[in-house]
Amino acid sequence: METKPRTPVVWVHGLECTCCSESFIRSAHPLAKDVVLSMISLDYDDTLMAAAGHAAEAAFEETIAKYKGNYILAVEGNPPLNEDGMFCITGGKPFVEKLRHAAEGAKAIISWGACASYGCVQAAAPNPTQATPVHKVITDKPIIKVPGCPPIAEVMTGVITYMLTFDRMPELDRQGRPAMFYSQRIHDKCYRRPHFDAGQFVEHWDDENARKGYCLYKMGCKGPTTYNACSTVPLERRRHFPIQSGHGCIGCSEDGFWDQGSFYDRLTTIKQFGIEATADQIGWTATGLVGAAVAAHAAVSVLKRAQKKNEEA
Amino acid sequence: MTTQTPNGFTLDNAGKRIVVDPVTRIEGHMRCEVNVNDQGIITNAVSTGTMWRGLEVILKGRDPRDAWAFTERICGVCTGTHALTSVRAVESALGITIPDNANSIRNMMQLNLQIHDHIVHFYHLHALDWVNPVNALRADPKATSELQQMVSPSHPLSSPGYFRDVQNRLKKFVESGQLGLFKNGYWDNPAYKLPPEADLMATTHYLEALDLQKEVVKVHTIFGGKNPHPNWLVGGVPCPINVDGVGAVGAINMERLNLVSSIIDRCTEFTRNVYLPDLKAIGGFYKEWLYGGGLSGQSVLSYGDIPENPNDFSAGQLHLPRGAIINGNLNEVHDVDTTDPEQVQEFVDHSWYDYGEPGMGLHPWDGRTEPKFELGPNLKGTRTNIENIDEGAKYSWIKAPRWRGNAMEVGPLAATSSVTRKGHEDIKNQVEGLLRDMNLPVSALFSTLGRTAARALEAEYCCRLQKHFFDKLVTNIKNGDSSTANVEKWDPSTWPKEAKGVGMTEAPRGALGHWVKIKDGRIENYQCVVPTTWNGSPRDSKGNIGAFEASLLNTKMERPEEPVEILRTLHSFDPCLACSTHVMSAEGAPLTTVKVR
Repeated sequence: METKPRTPVVWVHGLECTCCSESFIRSAHPLAKDVVLSMISLDYDDTLMAAAGHAAEAAFEETIAKYKGNYILAVEGNPPLNEDGMFCITGGKPFVEKLRHAAEGAKAIISWGACASYGCVQAAAPNPTQATPVHKVITDKPIIKVPGCPPIAEVMTGVITYMLTFDRMPELDRQGRPAMFYSQRIHDKCYRRPHFDAGQFVEHWDDENARKGYCLYKMGCKGPTTYNACSTVPLERRRHFPIQSGHGCIGCSEDGFWDQGSFYDRLTTIKQFGIEATADQIGWTATGLVGAAVAAHAAVSVLKRAQKKNEEA
Repeated sequence: MTTQTPNGFTLDNAGKRIVVDPVTRIEGHMRCEVNVNDQGIITNAVSTGTMWRGLEVILKGRDPRDAWAFTERICGVCTGTHALTSVRAVESALGITIPDNANSIRNMMQLNLQIHDHIVHFYHLHALDWVNPVNALRADPKATSELQQMVSPSHPLSSPGYFRDVQNRLKKFVESGQLGLFKNGYWDNPAYKLPPEADLMATTHYLEALDLQKEVVKVHTIFGGKNPHPNWLVGGVPCPINVDGVGAVGAINMERLNLVSSIIDRCTEFTRNVYLPDLKAIGGFYKEWLYGGGLSGQSVLSYGDIPENPNDFSAGQLHLPRGAIINGNLNEVHDVDTTDPEQVQEFVDHSWYDYGEPGMGLHPWDGRTEPKFELGPNLKGTRTNIENIDEGAKYSWIKAPRWRGNAMEVGPLAATSSVTRKGHEDIKNQVEGLLRDMNLPVSALFSTLGRTAARALEAEYCCRLQKHFFDKLVTNIKNGDSSTANVEKWDPSTWPKEAKGVGMTEAPRGALGHWVKIKDGRIENYQCVVPTTWNGSPRDSKGNIGAFEASLLNTKMERPEEPVEILRTLHSFDPCLACSTHVMSAEGAPLTTVKVR
């Protein structure tokens, strides 16, 4: 990898909050400095690059012309389409124009985070700017969605290094997310899962059960419907696992998570949510049947997961 | 044409027009245009916020307990500070008090953000305005080692071999021909003054800081579960404390306290042994470059933060100072009341919004926004291809906030400017010490470099405070208090039918306020006025210019086509455009009463 040219990456920013960039630089393995010095050539990224204005725009044009068909386009944020796109202006023009221009010669596109993948907070109802996810604007390129607000740092660098190492796209699920990181729910591997299965729940903030680390399901945890690697990237739990610190998952890697009711509403109100609503009851009422309940629960969960994916695809 | 602004600046738009778009190494999207005379001196400056997201209208009708998560996504760089401001606003509206431990933990998280944000700003957003990484290839590693040991004898990474390794790595990078982030930089511009050894030392610290910052944020992840975007809670903090009982891995226990403590130590070591020495070393080579003062010696505002005790936001109880200075009278610090409709007002005459009548200012309680994207008659270009903007008309997605009619600068330097008030001897001593070390007069503070220095001093001060609140938390646990949340008013059925509140913080970039109205358990109106709204403000109807614009005036550019000097001064504010330009409120009826905490 050291001797061949580093893969050029063009990283553009639309409507966003820059949490994806901030997450990216938190990566511990590989270190962010090793990614930008030794693995990729980050030839354009308005958040970190030295040049500005015309010189920055020139770096952008030079890169996409010189490496046509060979660069990765990383998109953080999304284009707003209302007001002729002028809710997000770069170089005096609508951001959506820059996005389209950059996409033309890209080998592949990475949609960083919930903004690029699904629209995120600015697309929450009533979406005043018509903030639009990348795949609805660019329809003729392979797109890897890496959702989350923000995505996990090592998932971000993992996606990039996978492409560099194996020289191919990672396997994607039906929503376009890398299967290696997004094919299981937080709930499936949550370290508090035994408390769920045993019917041991936090009932109020800072109650005795909270102090014992019981399940946060009743406090609104969205772990049971959220596909992400937060509970399965063990070495990095210290940087990205809300449940560990006593707050439920808010489902930040799911499409439209801002519009699913309060973050503190229990999941029974969510339509796709089937068996866990009753599993909750089973957990509460039949401690003697826990073993059986877990087995049934696991089996049905697999079916439900497949079903959910089909519905979403 | 030459004009005089009411706040004392002379503008002349006759010279050559220079456009910088995008302004890079900031959060969000921003454009800057200046006019430069034939001596290369900036005579007119126009700053434009070029993005708008509309978060407040999205908040309307939501559960106020959720607002922290929405507003936190205003910015992922100053992550958490909007969330803290939001829970404070909601708590003030509903009369919710928080436990002592929650105050200590919130303070540690806010202080941790200040430290992280300032380190990342200095090294990764601002340094390349002063430091030339390409020139670092010419450095002698041995001399660099000597320089390092001279400026910071306590920093262990200082051997000649260490600097040689970094230099070799940089060399390989540059020789590959793929310059990545350094591509098209202004590396032969004479504005860069550092000797190669200082460039190598600072570039090395750019990499060290990049490694360190990912550890700094673990204070957020321990107490808030995540960074960026940790979790918060109306009524306290979500993390319980359990240092004794079974199952303590689900709560703050001894191991986690130890981790927090070790991070506080690392923050303090880096800030004292690397950040501050670098500031002085780099600053020492630019002592002649004292441009960029703008409003800083004249009109400044800070809200203050870091309450010693929970639920007491009186100015005397805040570790970061609150106050306003106007008309350049540094000896008179005015108190600030964000609920007073006469104090904070926003204007939109030059912003892409419409109030219906010109010259009108609205207090955030009554704030309303109808977006109106229109460009002036003197525009060069078209509606979707702006070549030169017309600052005589509307020209920014940022509103123009004013304090008693004055355009104000906010941020660490603004907070520092008000240190004449009693009770902040620590900050005063810091500033005086730095000026003494660098052999500079007080007037040097009011400059681009002064702004950058004030930020570094604030980071060091925040390290000390972080330790203070860690000790306070441990003492409180030792005394038998493990409470972290007050859930008495968690249930919306306990809330009044209507309520209003204000939350304030001193964010890394300065004074941040959220105003909320709650009705029938839902958000009726939400408004944020954020630091970059103040600093990046466009003109108002009277022609007062904002802090960015004022600070650029009279700066000499070495090469007008290479905006190194413009970037220096804009970056010294650490602009955050996603913060400043999300603003959009629903129509709010004028209020007759205002309830504060």
